[in-house]
Amino acid sequence: MSPDVMPEAQVALTMTEPGNKTDRAQSRARAARRRKIVVMGARVLLLVAVLGLWEVLSRAKAIDPFNFSMPSKIWDQIWTWVMHGTAQGSLGEQIWATLYEALLGWVLGVVAGVVFGIALGRITFLADVLGPYIKVLNSIPRIVLAPIFVIWFGLGPASKVASAVVLVFFPVFFNAFQGAREVDRNLVSNARILGASDRRVTLQVVIPSATSWIFTSLHVSFGFALIGAIVGEYIGATEGIGLLVAQSQGTFNAAGVYASMVILAVVALVAEGLLTFAERRIFRWKPAGSDS
Amino acid sequence: MSADTSPAIELRGASKTFRTPSGGLHTAVRDLDLTVGRGEFVAVVGPTGCGKSTTLTLVSGLEEPTEGEVLVAGEPVDGVGDKVGFVFQQDATFPWRTVLSNVMAGPRFRGVPKAEAKQKAREWLARVGLAAFEDRYPHQLSGGQRKRVALAATFVNDPEILLMDEPFSALDVQTRALMSDELLELWEGTGASVVFVTHDLEESIALADKVVVMTAGPATVKQVFDIDLPRPRKVEKVRLEPRFIEIYREIWESLGEEVRITRERGAAHVA
Repeated sequence: MSPDVMPEAQVALTMTEPGNKTDRAQSRARAARRRKIVVMGARVLLLVAVLGLWEVLSRAKAIDPFNFSMPSKIWDQIWTWVMHGTAQGSLGEQIWATLYEALLGWVLGVVAGVVFGIALGRITFLADVLGPYIKVLNSIPRIVLAPIFVIWFGLGPASKVASAVVLVFFPVFFNAFQGAREVDRNLVSNARILGASDRRVTLQVVIPSATSWIFTSLHVSFGFALIGAIVGEYIGATEGIGLLVAQSQGTFNAAGVYASMVILAVVALVAEGLLTFAERRIFRWKPAGSDS
Repeated sequence: MSADTSPAIELRGASKTFRTPSGGLHTAVRDLDLTVGRGEFVAVVGPTGCGKSTTLTLVSGLEEPTEGEVLVAGEPVDGVGDKVGFVFQQDATFPWRTVLSNVMAGPRFRGVPKAEAKQKAREWLARVGLAAFEDRYPHQLSGGQRKRVALAATFVNDPEILLMDEPFSALDVQTRALMSDELLELWEGTGASVVFVTHDLEESIALADKVVVMTAGPATVKQVFDIDLPRPRKVEKVRLEPRFIEIYREIWESLGEEVRITRERGAAHVA
């Protein structure tokens, strides 16, 4: 192609393109919007269908309404709890009791897990000595400790916090340990050359690069903390959502059990949202979309 | 010997043996003698994987020699000293720190007050042309810009000895030439002694006062060539000079043989 033909061809292209481009962009945007609406609609439809089917089958007595309850009764139960409180006090108090135990247990478990994980990841001697014991402890199904904690610490929050801690500790510990082990050796060498002491290397290189590992475990472990708190309350407590479940079960109130589950789900989702928000703030240094 | 007259770096019969994961022994460097004078720019070339980088880790104090002695300014190396700067082959900027904070890291690690560290860091960022980028994170920069951050972070510590391990090998050819020129400019103001490891013979001749050719691994010094090209040099220009080509041919005769040995070994390994 001779060079003097080029400009003409380009002009022709740019002449026709703008109209085309905006047209196509518009139709593409429209298609994307339509798809979004369809997806949302399908989601709502699915929920309505499942709840409706449940309601209808239960009312028609195709499934036992006493055991399986029905969405309307569950909603009534939640409404009663919200408006008139539960048998052991207001609903807010119950939620707060569970949340308090879960949060405290989670924070303690996370701190212990991170400290031990980083320490064992950095100090090979400690890892060699403690390694087998940690494996043994990890292989115990830790939820069976919950009754023991109720015996040790009584019906108050302490026993629930303890079961949350043991559930949270291990996943956080293993991730922090792995994170500390897999720090880029170049970064450590570079920090040492630049003049960092061992303590500085740990604080300013190992911990920051292990944070993405640790954060992965934080999401999972908050769920574990809730489980610990609920199971502890279920076994023996004076307040909390777990106690709500236990009492509903004791009075053959299936709707109460389901209602507690719904409340728990909402609490867990809100907590998860807050955690994701915090993560975004902390990981501003990461390239967008590199997170798997 | 007084500290003032002793050479910047001296390796005497240094050897380094590593234990491989399979339990065997691997000798990276064997019986190495090398002297680098004060303010001298020495390039070390050798076939890939021959143990050039190990030489640098011995001088830096990150590793200890299995045998022999390593002296920096007449003193035996004991751990990482404060005279040394090291530019790594891979990216070694801290990804969670901003550009400014990365350059401040060295002085802060060495206990320089924050305000002073910040001022020094800004000066060096200006010198490498990244003053406008101080708030960025490394992932927002190009490979060449990240290398500049690494240079600034190293130079800000005023190292007497500058160790560079194929620092520009990950860059594209144009950026590489540009960075080489910048390195020469930055270095000429400091009077630091440089050991620059590379497998690129052209780069080594263009930059250095002295080119050391290493043997196929385990590495030891095969031959040392003085480069009598005048300074200041521009990398793109100097490589076209007849004297450059003459030197290139001379050194390649020595280096090519070692490259051939390494290649034959690799082939034998595959077969």
